[in-house]
Amino acid sequence: MARRSKYPLPLLMRTAAAWVITLLLFFPLGWLALMAFKTELQAISVPPLWWFTPTLDNFREVQERSDYLLYARNSLITSVLSTVIGLMIATPAAYSMAFFKSRHTKNLLMWMLSTKMMPAVGALVPIYVLAQKSQLLDTRTGLVIIFMLSNLPIMVWMLYSYFKEIPNEILEAARMDGATLWQEFYRVTFPLALGGLASTGLLCLVLSWNKAFWSLNLSSAKAGTLATLIASYSSPEGLFWAKLSAASLMAIAPIVVFGWFSQKQLVQGLTFGAVK
Amino acid sequence: MAYLQLHGIEKSFGELRVIKGVDLQIQKGEFIVFVGPSGCGKSTLLRLIAGLEQTDGGSVVLDGRDITEAASSARDLAMVFQSYALYPHMSVFENMSFALKLAQVPQAQIREKVERAAAILNLGDYLHRRPKELSGGQRQRVAIGRAIVRAPKVFLFDEPLSNLDAALRGQTRIEIAKLHRDLGATTVYVTHDQVEAMTLADRVVVLRDGRIEQVGTPLELYDHPANSFVAQFIGTPQMNMLAVSLVAELAQRFALPVAADGFIGLRPEHVILQPQGQGMLHMQVDLVEALGAETLLYLSNGQGLQLVLRQSARSGLHSGQSVGIDLQFDCAHYFDAQGRALRQGAASV
Repeated sequence: MARRSKYPLPLLMRTAAAWVITLLLFFPLGWLALMAFKTELQAISVPPLWWFTPTLDNFREVQERSDYLLYARNSLITSVLSTVIGLMIATPAAYSMAFFKSRHTKNLLMWMLSTKMMPAVGALVPIYVLAQKSQLLDTRTGLVIIFMLSNLPIMVWMLYSYFKEIPNEILEAARMDGATLWQEFYRVTFPLALGGLASTGLLCLVLSWNKAFWSLNLSSAKAGTLATLIASYSSPEGLFWAKLSAASLMAIAPIVVFGWFSQKQLVQGLTFGAVK
Repeated sequence: MAYLQLHGIEKSFGELRVIKGVDLQIQKGEFIVFVGPSGCGKSTLLRLIAGLEQTDGGSVVLDGRDITEAASSARDLAMVFQSYALYPHMSVFENMSFALKLAQVPQAQIREKVERAAAILNLGDYLHRRPKELSGGQRQRVAIGRAIVRAPKVFLFDEPLSNLDAALRGQTRIEIAKLHRDLGATTVYVTHDQVEAMTLADRVVVLRDGRIEQVGTPLELYDHPANSFVAQFIGTPQMNMLAVSLVAELAQRFALPVAADGFIGLRPEHVILQPQGQGMLHMQVDLVEALGAETLLYLSNGQGLQLVLRQSARSGLHSGQSVGIDLQFDCAHYFDAQGRALRQGAASV
């Protein structure tokens, strides 16, 4: 009789599938990282080069040609501010929907979500005109507002689900203990929803950081984020793969590092509907 | 004047009228138990007193003050919830001191009060723990402790023992009774368990379909139920309810004071076992429940008559055997066709 393997076949297959999917997902990122350290010639060579002497020239050139730190600062400011303001608006909205539910709460939530189903380009012209008229084109204020608005439905939904998980009896207990609405919120609801607030904030920070569509269309040299920086390397004068890769790597590095350290909270945030 | 007064309390959820004009007077220091089947409105009534639901009509007066419109936080009541509803992010100490902290009681006084309550409830060693590090019984005691430290005007308990296992339930029930004796606090307690109602209450309020069926001391309800619902709800096993038509011959022979369409109520202890061939009725044993201290016999006569008999002596009978039965009509309760008590039954032996 054959010796039973310590690892049964289904487990091996699942593990193999997980590895394949992970590698597929990771491949573009890995390829990008390789390209960033090649010369332009090596970058376009066919067949692709796997072994080469890495160079830091691309990074140096990106920094010389365009001011990386300016774009990075814009990215940081716009994503942090849009997240903070978004949380300030979404928290009371989600709170009222979770704890003072009316007949139309579900409809309202669905309507908010439905705005995310519309392609962003559909709203581009009116928003561009609005931004222009109110002199918010190529300003960080303009980007903060639009990033915040486009993340708001997701924030409300996530916070709503977190608030819903707080048992009503705990809030009633606080009320019986003499807590006013405000005390009930900041002493009971807020601490209990803190994990959810953190997850929501982290996710929206990542989403804002990665927003390319609006920053490409509404900003350029002054308020441009790192997405604008990357795009500037696919210019009409020709594609510079290696420099483009270096710029991309520099653009995503901060958020990847940040994401790595907060992965527990992020995963919790992304699976919020699934683990109920 | 009564300490806590309910006048014509009304409550509807949408179309459904759940509380239909409840009037009740509760004296200071009384232990009142609301009891009734699921959906009778007992928890809703408690939540209306607590201010967690708004009344649609009537008024609530506490210690001379109309609190009908007052917020829960301004009513000076404490509530123990079925799920305990402890604050998961706070230690036992913080849970118990929360209300005092909100009331801006000085720190030293808070410490003293919480420690005293913790000592009463044997929670002294757990003050720094979080609720999730406690057993169910301990959580229950923290919930009670949270209520006592405040020394509120009235304690409200919403089925506080239903999440505990049977042994712990009995033990906690005794603790609550002792606590009430020691503190003398006015208490309103909701339960669906009539044993809890009987053992804890000074007065029991039996509710059905949003109305009060009867208010009285536990033994008043047991001995003098106002109607067949109360008669059957109080006491385990249930009072036997015999349609007069099924025992017409006996009713005539003993000149029972009940109409032909009425009912005779007999507690299981008032059904007496006789040897086969003797007694007023001949019945068959369907089931024997030997509980040790008492034995329950479930009997039927094949013509629609079913009886439960309780005796303290053990029984060698088993199902299928025939027995004779005597009914103690002098201990019986009599009801009309609508279930209203006709004559107050004699006190049980």
